[in-house]
Amino acid sequence: MKVRVLFFASSSEIVGCKEAETEIAEGATVGSFKRDLMLQYPDLLRLKNVLSIAVNTEFADDLRVLKAGDEIAFIPPVSGG
Amino acid sequence: MFKIVDAPIASDALYEEVLKDYNGAVVTFCGVVRDHSGETTTDFLVYDAYKKMAEKKMSEIGDQAKEKWNIEDVAILHRIGRLEIGEISVLIAVASPHRAEAFDACRFIIDKLKETVPIWKKEVGQNGEAWVEGPQAAFAGG
Repeated sequence: MKVRVLFFASSSEIVGCKEAETEIAEGATVGSFKRDLMLQYPDLLRLKNVLSIAVNTEFADDLRVLKAGDEIAFIPPVSGG
Repeated sequence: MFKIVDAPIASDALYEEVLKDYNGAVVTFCGVVRDHSGETTTDFLVYDAYKKMAEKKMSEIGDQAKEKWNIEDVAILHRIGRLEIGEISVLIAVASPHRAEAFDACRFIIDKLKETVPIWKKEVGQNGEAWVEGPQAAFAGG
């Protein structure tokens, strides 16, 4: 199934794009999706303990099951203000 | 009003919005671009945001402040794009019948915004350019 992924700040520099559409397996979770991307882009491991994920503009924990059409955002520690 | 904007923000842009006949105090906070970070000189900043989530989170923080201090009038603007030294990056306005609530709520809002709202700044200066990362994850339950 297809999902949309958004990368912000340092995460977008690491993967080299700001957004992408990608295919994931049924039953994939936020945690499994994050692990897969960290395998693909090992530089993301630097963010491992401080990265937050949002699904459809709401923060989500690792157990959240993803659905077709979800918008998944990679959110490094924020620095607005 | 809780908005991400890309045009310059005037320091009084939210004053009329929060001023109501029942309010006796208006507190505004301006976050401003400064010319250094630690020992490093900053030439300018570039802000980026996850716009629709940032506006939603700013609105939620506004609701928390309204409930906590029993006030009605809160507004936040945050600018994105390239900002020069001295320009306003964030403007918060809080009005309340008495001053204590407005001061406390304004402080609460800027502190929460800096911890959880998906906005980032990139510093560009003598050491090149780099995205700034806050001290902790935006979401504690991750």
